[in-house]
Amino acid sequence: MRKKEMLAMLLAGGQGSRLGVLTKNKAKPAVTFGGKYRIIDFPMSNCINSGVDTVGVLTQYQPLQLNRHIGIGIPWDLDRKNGGVTILAPHVKDGEEGHWYSGTANAIYQNINFIDTYNPIYVLVLSGDHIYKMDYARMLRFHKKNNCDATIAVLEVPIEEANRFGIMNADENDKIYEFEEKPPNPKSNLASMGIYIFTWDKLRAALIEANNQYEDLDFGKHIIPMFLDEGEALYAYRFKDYWKDVGTIESYWTANMELIKTMPEFNLYEEQTKIYTSADHQPPQFTGADADVKRSLVSEGCEVFGSVYDSTLGPDVIIESGAVIRDSIIMANCVIGENTVIDRCIIDENCTIGANVKIGMGENVPNKRKPKIYDTGITVIAENSIIPDDVVIGKNCVICGNTTMEHYENARLESGDTIELDGEVIL
Amino acid sequence: MRAAGIILAGGNNDRLKELTEARATSAMPVGSCYRAIDFSLSNMSNSGIKKVAVITQYNSRSLHDHLNSSKWWDFGSKTGGMFVFAPFLSKDSNSWFRGTADSIYQNISFLKRSNEEYVLITSGDGIYKMDYNDIIDFHVEKEADITIMCKDVAGMDVRNFGVVKMDDDGKIVEFEEKPLEAFSSTISLGIYVIRRELLIELLETIIPEGRYDLVRDIIVRYRKQLKVCCFMYDGYWASINSIESYYNINMDFLRRDVRNLLFAKEPYIETKSKDEPPAKYNTGSEVKNCLVGSGAIIDGLAENSVLFRRVRIGEKAQVRNSVIMEGCNIGHGCVVEYAILDKDVTLSGNVEIKGEPHSPKIIKKNTIL
Repeated sequence: MRKKEMLAMLLAGGQGSRLGVLTKNKAKPAVTFGGKYRIIDFPMSNCINSGVDTVGVLTQYQPLQLNRHIGIGIPWDLDRKNGGVTILAPHVKDGEEGHWYSGTANAIYQNINFIDTYNPIYVLVLSGDHIYKMDYARMLRFHKKNNCDATIAVLEVPIEEANRFGIMNADENDKIYEFEEKPPNPKSNLASMGIYIFTWDKLRAALIEANNQYEDLDFGKHIIPMFLDEGEALYAYRFKDYWKDVGTIESYWTANMELIKTMPEFNLYEEQTKIYTSADHQPPQFTGADADVKRSLVSEGCEVFGSVYDSTLGPDVIIESGAVIRDSIIMANCVIGENTVIDRCIIDENCTIGANVKIGMGENVPNKRKPKIYDTGITVIAENSIIPDDVVIGKNCVICGNTTMEHYENARLESGDTIELDGEVIL
Repeated sequence: MRAAGIILAGGNNDRLKELTEARATSAMPVGSCYRAIDFSLSNMSNSGIKKVAVITQYNSRSLHDHLNSSKWWDFGSKTGGMFVFAPFLSKDSNSWFRGTADSIYQNISFLKRSNEEYVLITSGDGIYKMDYNDIIDFHVEKEADITIMCKDVAGMDVRNFGVVKMDDDGKIVEFEEKPLEAFSSTISLGIYVIRRELLIELLETIIPEGRYDLVRDIIVRYRKQLKVCCFMYDGYWASINSIESYYNINMDFLRRDVRNLLFAKEPYIETKSKDEPPAKYNTGSEVKNCLVGSGAIIDGLAENSVLFRRVRIGEKAQVRNSVIMEGCNIGHGCVVEYAILDKDVTLSGNVEIKGEPHSPKIIKKNTIL
């Protein structure tokens, strides 16, 4: 293999359990975002926009949809003879049993051979969970200029929120002297974004040394403290632009809604730093004579005959006439029937909602089964679900499966209730 | 793979006026995100034709740009592939293509190196979706030498088409190009199936005689010697051959039946990916009966129009009954009616452009008003 100066390792195995049914059948990086994208499109596009043309994608949890999405990397120009994209799944090694990826650094440890084939000087470690645009080439220049062994991208967060993050304490030159995970009394507001550049021989040695000591070898918990203990040069690279972790239903919904502002903080419309995604086909979108669409993102192939306000529509969604969609995220291939009213709802891919349905009505009662996940009034419909005509559904509800009238008491589902049918999973 | 494909994409059409000053007819943008040639290319790929020659000539830059990779249409590159041929200079050839037959003849090595039994020849400006296996099956079953795809277009002005008359068996007995007085309402759609070796033989016969046209010098001239059959097609078909037909084709996409046929169902019509974000509708947007391309940002009113990718419609602007091509920027308070705005036209504030229903006003590419 031709030598690469830097390759990227993209950690895409996370479940994202706080996203509830959205990650029932797919890993968090495969969840739709901003109408037509999936979360992993952001780091993948950042790679190619930064000139990083060799990317290993580490998958573990429910990888099918992710694998299909990435394919051979055509949308990101990562179908290359040298480098390109490689899916790295946990595997059985000679003479021993296979191991799952037990931690972020363990996943890299298990793929040392892959990295070695490219004999890189630097390795960029990314997570497939975040929405942002970043030029990794600039970060690499920073890494080289400061002769770093490791560079950690950090975001300045409000100090009162700093206790939710991994916090880097750094000197006036941004050299890190201490790392604290979720400190109760934070000394700084530099939050780790989970984006690292390591000088490969240093990281390689550390992984081999530490992997025997820790079962769940993790960058934040083990590798960074170890680098600090051994006096390696760690620097914080300050990132000042938009960055969002869309880890919960509420933050996921809010981040999507921010995109529909007239001047959103996160700009998808820049020519030079486009976000690429994979799509089966991209026909134009149609808005009908009686339709009304305002403050919304509408993806390719949608046919809108009803009203859509403050919402995002994924590709090939059909909104029939008389339907009213407000403050909602409707993902690819959904059909919303005539005169149906949907309020503050996330509808995952390939759902069919009948006619005269009302979703998001009534009191804001937290979900009875999972009150910590569904408590902000957002009702979530899992992918491939069907909702029959004429039912009324409350807030914080979860519906999963091919439901018929018999699943609803008096054609109603009260706020906080759940219908979860075990059925075949159609992907 | 029974057939190799040839798309004749070199043509230009004076009746399209300014719109084809910058591009070949096959490269005409249609339906928000396509170019005309996408339909022939996708039909070929979807019909299992995996080896296609695209022959270009006139103003081919934008076409070559569009055809920068065969992967958009899923053509391979080992056993099949998409070959783009433009005129070239060599010791034996120093001319532009002298006609459609000549354009194939000058690339005859494509035919000689193929091993498919048949060749399917189309033009690049037809808007339709079909499985070419239907016409190839028909050709084999009829034991025809040449099969022409035809359509009965009763009521339409056929003076710009080739008009055919056939016998009861579907064999063509009369063929006239652009007749002043047509003897039938059945027209040739410019799609032909012919055995590859017969085509090579015919080309090698006629070119040295100074005959260069596929229709006049092969089909019309040989119609009595060869068995030329007519395959009747009755689905949606349109071709770009005038400003009015170009405008009408775009407006056809506002019909749900046309979109369902061409876009919503597999097999899909594919085009070069441009990776634009979703269309964005802002607070002031009033969009009624419009086709909207990705990356568009709308703050104003649009009605009965086709908006291509990255179109911006400013606040209080009004666009009606118009075709607005990629990258146009319509500023605050502009009024556009019955117009075709070519690519990257910028209208700053309060400009008014009004055409007539049967003669839309054309604004040339890159114009700033």
